[in-house]
Amino acid sequence: MRIRNILDGSIPIIIFILVWESIARWHIVPEYIFPSFLAVMGEFYHLTVNGVLLNNLASSLFRVLAGFLLGSVAGIMMGTVMGCRQIINRSFNPIFSLLYPIPTLGWAPLLMIWIGINEMLPIILIFLCSFFPVLYNTITGIRSVDSDVIKAAKTLGASDRKIMTSVILPLAVPNIFTGLRLEAGMAWRVVIAAEMVAIPTGIGALLIRSESLLRVDIIIVCLMVLSVMCLVFERVFQYIETKMTKEWR
Amino acid sequence: MPDIELKNISNYVFNGLNMEIFDKELLVVIGQNGAGKSTLLNIIAGLVEHEGSVLFDGVLVNRMLTDKRRVGYLFQNLALFPHLDVASNIGYGPAVNGNPRENIAQRVDELLRLMKIEHLRDRYPKNLSGGERQRVALARALAVSPQVLLLDEPFNSLDTGMCSCIRQEIKRIQRGLGITTVLVTHDMAEAVEMGDRIVVMNGGKVHEVADIQSIHSYDPDDIPHLQNCTGCAIDCYCKG
Repeated sequence: MRIRNILDGSIPIIIFILVWESIARWHIVPEYIFPSFLAVMGEFYHLTVNGVLLNNLASSLFRVLAGFLLGSVAGIMMGTVMGCRQIINRSFNPIFSLLYPIPTLGWAPLLMIWIGINEMLPIILIFLCSFFPVLYNTITGIRSVDSDVIKAAKTLGASDRKIMTSVILPLAVPNIFTGLRLEAGMAWRVVIAAEMVAIPTGIGALLIRSESLLRVDIIIVCLMVLSVMCLVFERVFQYIETKMTKEWR
Repeated sequence: MPDIELKNISNYVFNGLNMEIFDKELLVVIGQNGAGKSTLLNIIAGLVEHEGSVLFDGVLVNRMLTDKRRVGYLFQNLALFPHLDVASNIGYGPAVNGNPRENIAQRVDELLRLMKIEHLRDRYPKNLSGGERQRVALARALAVSPQVLLLDEPFNSLDTGMCSCIRQEIKRIQRGLGITTVLVTHDMAEAVEMGDRIVVMNGGKVHEVADIQSIHSYDPDDIPHLQNCTGCAIDCYCKG
């Protein structure tokens, strides 16, 4: 069944590649504008071997991991406090409600002036893009825990801290991971955009340099890498979530 | 096990409620929805704010936090921890109270045997039937060797046959362990089958208190607040 599913999913991809390769080989469009699939794969190999792709990927990956980790940890911690303490929720909710709708890249000009164009810029942008969704998903997760389950833990002798670590947070995991999974992909989109406009290294910077050199093959390689990275991040979180909750959900 | 006294209890449901629950007895509290039955249990457990005094064996426990009252509470929806297997659900209380690992395992084994659910040890609540969940919840409540057992309409989700079987089992265990128990229900048949005494509540007030023997002499018209209660027709019991 699993092999059948993989086959079913692969067929449209194979057809897509065949159509792409055929159109490129008919030379309806000049090759520098529409390179063939094999030419793109050749360039992928070339960029991998000479280290250009891996160096840029490593720069982007570091920024994504740093920003995402900081944003997620802050979002989970703040969300936990806001989910549990009404007074903190009432105090912070208005300001977070005002800040959340601002598109992440909208912060870029302000941050460029405040902190300059350096390594911190994409990290802070990714922090902002990760923080709010994880915050709200954590609050939702904590609020959705059945109050009788919490009361049951209390009657059994659990302290508030123990209830938090042994009941509330484990039961909020599915919601927290929904936020993390969605934002993992978004973090990659933000880092690419930041690198395209401001940072000279990373996949986004390689993309924008390739555009100025009319290297469509490299642009496509970068887009493919981006797509794979988003997918890998999402799948990793899905895997961890399933591992943590499949027995009881 | 303690004698429980509620003196002059007032909050959003009650206005000067007084009640005594005797040592080792199984007191049934019966009444319609909104009568204050569940709130009464929450007050004994220390889960809701109130004025007035709650005494366990003459000792005021108003300021004692829920986690220190040693109360076993069987909730209406059972409130099992969905992320823990049966053994961990039962062992949760002893674990959070700092018992050594070996003692926890021993206590869990005892309760699994007592409730006849040894075969369910590794299952998660989502994979249990209604009756099995009931037994696990009761085992979990008993795991902390409670002074008081509070049962909040625990048989609602069970079919009639299973319900009767579990009732008898709970009564057997309650008698065996001699735990002071308060059972909340709106089912008269259940009340008569299980209770030593019955308290009829309505609108946050105690309408009637009766020994189980004397309830047979009641006329149903004397207990108008029970006319909408479910269970075996009240006449079966009330007219003796």
